Amino acid sequence: MIILIIIGMAIVTMVPRFVPAFIVNHMIFKDWINNWLQSIPYAALGALIFPGVLLVKEDQPHIGIIGALIAIILSYIGFNIILVVVASIATVYLLTM
Amino acid sequence: MAEEMIEQKQYTKMAMFKQGVITGIPITLGYIPVAITFGVLSFQSGLSLLELTLMSALVFAGASQFMGVNMIVANASMIEIVIATFVLNFRHFIMSLSFMNSIRDHVSLKGRLGVSLGLTDEAFAVASMNQEKANNNQAVYFYIGIFLSGYLAWVLGSLVGGVLGEVIPEQLSQSMGIALYALFISLLVPAVKKEVRYGLVALIAMLINAIAVQFMSSGWAIVVGTLLGGLSGVVLLKEKYG
Repeated sequence: MIILIIIGMAIVTMVPRFVPAFIVNHMIFKDWINNWLQSIPYAALGALIFPGVLLVKEDQPHIGIIGALIAIILSYIGFNIILVVVASIATVYLLTM
Repeated sequence: MAEEMIEQKQYTKMAMFKQGVITGIPITLGYIPVAITFGVLSFQSGLSLLELTLMSALVFAGASQFMGVNMIVANASMIEIVIATFVLNFRHFIMSLSFMNSIRDHVSLKGRLGVSLGLTDEAFAVASMNQEKANNNQAVYFYIGIFLSGYLAWVLGSLVGGVLGEVIPEQLSQSMGIALYALFISLLVPAVKKEVRYGLVALIAMLINAIAVQFMSSGWAIVVGTLLGGLSGVVLLKEKYG
């Protein structure tokens, strides 16, 4: 039974992922739609970051905020992505000790 | 001569793949602790090793898997679980449409189909922000490198979590909840440094998401935030896109 649920979950996750691979084969988009699609990565990053980051530690939104600020500062200075990730983990770890 | 050319081509494929794996390291690093946590949690919830590994291998979408296990434990019906999964993961349709449109000139339909199956939030974000590394006709190997390493980390991490139980101390695994957010931030910030209006687009998406989540599930809220935030880019970045 659980296997059936997993297969159902897999199908509804897979279809939205691969349908666009076909769509772009058959369609030429108007310029403004192309521009829209080009802006999607930045909008998606925004929506993925906030307000989700507030929930890193339940009931303690400041933990996520401080972790995020560290990430912003370090990546602004030009730190490598991996170092930014590790430093944020360390920050949250120390804050919750 | 012909052989030399084939060799050259092979080398380029391999080099692109390697470049992809290297570019994907932050995803791999971010996935492992989350995947282990998923393995631990779902094994404790009563899923077998086969079931939890299969879920990671077939669904490959973190948040929806945690939700799915919760709902299985709560005895939700299959229909409920599948619909909730669809809603939560529908954002990948938007991301995939954006990504597929941007690689259509470099990657064949077959390649796009393969890559699309591994499209997660993180893979989409990293791949979209690194497209300048792959504007040649071997681009697909670069994306396979990013997507496949993330996939393997996720599936194997889940299995390890299920087998070994809590190999990572709880406090550490909780702290790692920030990892994927830090990844998103470190992708966004350099882009904003180059073009501040990208930051404005992201900010608008954040605000709309924060408002929308008061009225609908977080899955739809991300879809709405992403679509409307992206739409603001059409206006804000008009002259840039030309």
